[in-house]
Amino acid sequence: MHETFPDARTGRLSLAKRARPVEAAIRGLLSVSAAISVLTTLGIVVTLGTESWGFFREVGILEFLGSLEWQPVIGDFGIWPLFNATLTTSFYAMLVALPLGLMVAIYLAEYASDRVRETLKPVLEVLAGIPTVVYGYFALATVTPFLRSLLGTELVGVYNTFSAGIVMGILILPLVSSMCEDALSAVPRSLREGAYAMGATKLEVATQVVVPAAFSGLAAAFILGLSRAVGETMIVALAAGAGPKFTLNPFEPAETMTGHIVRISGGDISYDSIDYRSLFAIALVLFLVTLALNSLSRRIVAKHGEVYE
Amino acid sequence: MSAAKSRAATDARGDGSFLPNLGKRQAYGRRWAAAFAAATIAAVLVLGALVASIVNDAFGLVAMEYTVDPATLAPGGDIEKLSDAELVAALEGNLKSRRLRALGNEKPLAERERADLLALVEDEVIGWEVVETFSLAESLLGRAKVDAFMAAEHPEAKLVFRSWVNARFLGSSQSATAIDAGVRSALIGTLMTILITVATAFPIGIAAAIWLEEYAKDNRWNRFIRVNIYNLAGVPSIIYGMLGLAIFVRALEPITSGAAFGAVADPTGANGRTILSAGLTLALLVLPVIIINAQEAFRAVPRTLRESGYAVGATKWQVVWHHVLPASFDRVLTGAIVAVSRAIGETAPLVVVGASTFLTQDPTSVFSKFTTLPIQIYQWTARPQEDFHNIAAAAILVLLVLMLSLNAFAIILRNRLRAKKRFA
Repeated sequence: MHETFPDARTGRLSLAKRARPVEAAIRGLLSVSAAISVLTTLGIVVTLGTESWGFFREVGILEFLGSLEWQPVIGDFGIWPLFNATLTTSFYAMLVALPLGLMVAIYLAEYASDRVRETLKPVLEVLAGIPTVVYGYFALATVTPFLRSLLGTELVGVYNTFSAGIVMGILILPLVSSMCEDALSAVPRSLREGAYAMGATKLEVATQVVVPAAFSGLAAAFILGLSRAVGETMIVALAAGAGPKFTLNPFEPAETMTGHIVRISGGDISYDSIDYRSLFAIALVLFLVTLALNSLSRRIVAKHGEVYE
Repeated sequence: MSAAKSRAATDARGDGSFLPNLGKRQAYGRRWAAAFAAATIAAVLVLGALVASIVNDAFGLVAMEYTVDPATLAPGGDIEKLSDAELVAALEGNLKSRRLRALGNEKPLAERERADLLALVEDEVIGWEVVETFSLAESLLGRAKVDAFMAAEHPEAKLVFRSWVNARFLGSSQSATAIDAGVRSALIGTLMTILITVATAFPIGIAAAIWLEEYAKDNRWNRFIRVNIYNLAGVPSIIYGMLGLAIFVRALEPITSGAAFGAVADPTGANGRTILSAGLTLALLVLPVIIINAQEAFRAVPRTLRESGYAVGATKWQVVWHHVLPASFDRVLTGAIVAVSRAIGETAPLVVVGASTFLTQDPTSVFSKFTTLPIQIYQWTARPQEDFHNIAAAAILVLLVLMLSLNAFAIILRNRLRAKKRFA
């Protein structure tokens, strides 16, 4: 190497910074790569924004947010039937994932031996790695027939939001339980020992000391789970039914926001039509809701996350 | 509440009500401990039920009827015993003249191989048709019931045990009937799509992570990039589909359809709804995850390793290339592979980008129309017929095996790289 060193030949030592064009080029390449993520966000905001803008110029934001009918054929574009179905499926998903996820997390963090924990956690990770379309199949081909045989075929429809919600709960269960477990495990041992010293039972330590101490982490996990449920698509596309319908009955079919986008864009749709632009307006609502939930979840951790050192 | 308070007060005075209460509290604790364990077992059981229900549908008895009884073609119905000439006669005697002409144009019947003729007779003359399918549980545990049902409903039908995952399923393309349909085009589509995703997302993701961990100063722009990446990781996948539709399929159509490269636009008319668009959309989707994983891997490299590089006069890039990357590459790669195996299962964004609904031809280039395994599963599951649910279950098994082998590959690769690693 030293013979290529110019200073070695001249015999003079220069401390001036050398120009390194290759280093500079690499530096530029790396920073551009990092900027691609910003471009992605910009792309999402701009495409959703411009297409939705075209939609709202034709339909009007008041009708979009106020009407209870979504029937593009006759020009009714009220988001509520779709939004309501999303709320229904997410509600039942959280009804499964919230208590079950917390209980699994308490078991893994407080009760399970190291060996049991090391075997169970990979199993839950497998559950989290299964593609959502497989859960959709499970909801439609297994859970719904089971519910129909249990509760009667007149009550439960072939497509219904209840079954989609339950299976969605199973889908987000691993996410909720692993985040909750991290939060519970972060509570320092001294807090537990203190409570034991006061004569508390194991359950009392877990529920009255550890859970309150980890509350912000648990809340963040639930909110993130909810955000996942709102954006989940394939389960509702397969099991919740096609056709927007405003109903509070979970055993009836109803189409969610995501389900509607998938069904309409999967068919033949012409660009520059009102139907096409309406999908972007729905996607914008979806984007804003999930963004708000994700930010809230992160803010809770950043602000109220108790740091024990 | 007040009762509890006064009890606590008497306990504090030490009047001895602590002990009788203790049994109750401990029993309460045991009950809840059992409930926590039960919840965990339930979660594991659900996984079992999921796998069981798929296996249950992917194998089982199938009742088939034929349009022409093979017994009329050959004694005992065994067409294997017929000579070539008899097979040709059977075809000529039973097929419509138009179909015969079409077959003759492909290749004259007299010149065809025996296996080819046998397959033709089986497919076109006898024409197996599924009239009823049974799940694995019904086939194994309720055979008597199945037989009784068959005797009453379809006395003519032949009952065979069928694995819906078989060589023919893997080797043939989409078809209008479930029994002839296969996942070949979908499998090729999945692999080509993922190759594009890997080729774009790996280098960009790792480069972005190097920038953020090694180069970026802690200023407002870089902090914004970091927050932005975390936000992107939480965006629902279907939104990426909308982005891909607007950017890759529509705005960049000349590029994604291949027209810009002189390659005449795909004769099948993909119009930007190509494998290239699909792969790039998935690349954007997995990029945040790859970046976050790689950042964690770089962060785990000890500072001393970098400092010793600088101490002997290495430039920043030399430190990154010769020290940081080799010391962390096993973790970077496994994180990226796991992210990509998640992308393989993605369905919603590809439906939005414009997967073909009925594709019988294999994709020939990145500018071809596409379908993938999850799309195929979605379309078959959405059909009302029972036998399409069977092939959906079979396709799910193929998809899960593909994902599992990718994950296993990641683990093996990590262990290999770890053994070779120069720095611990």
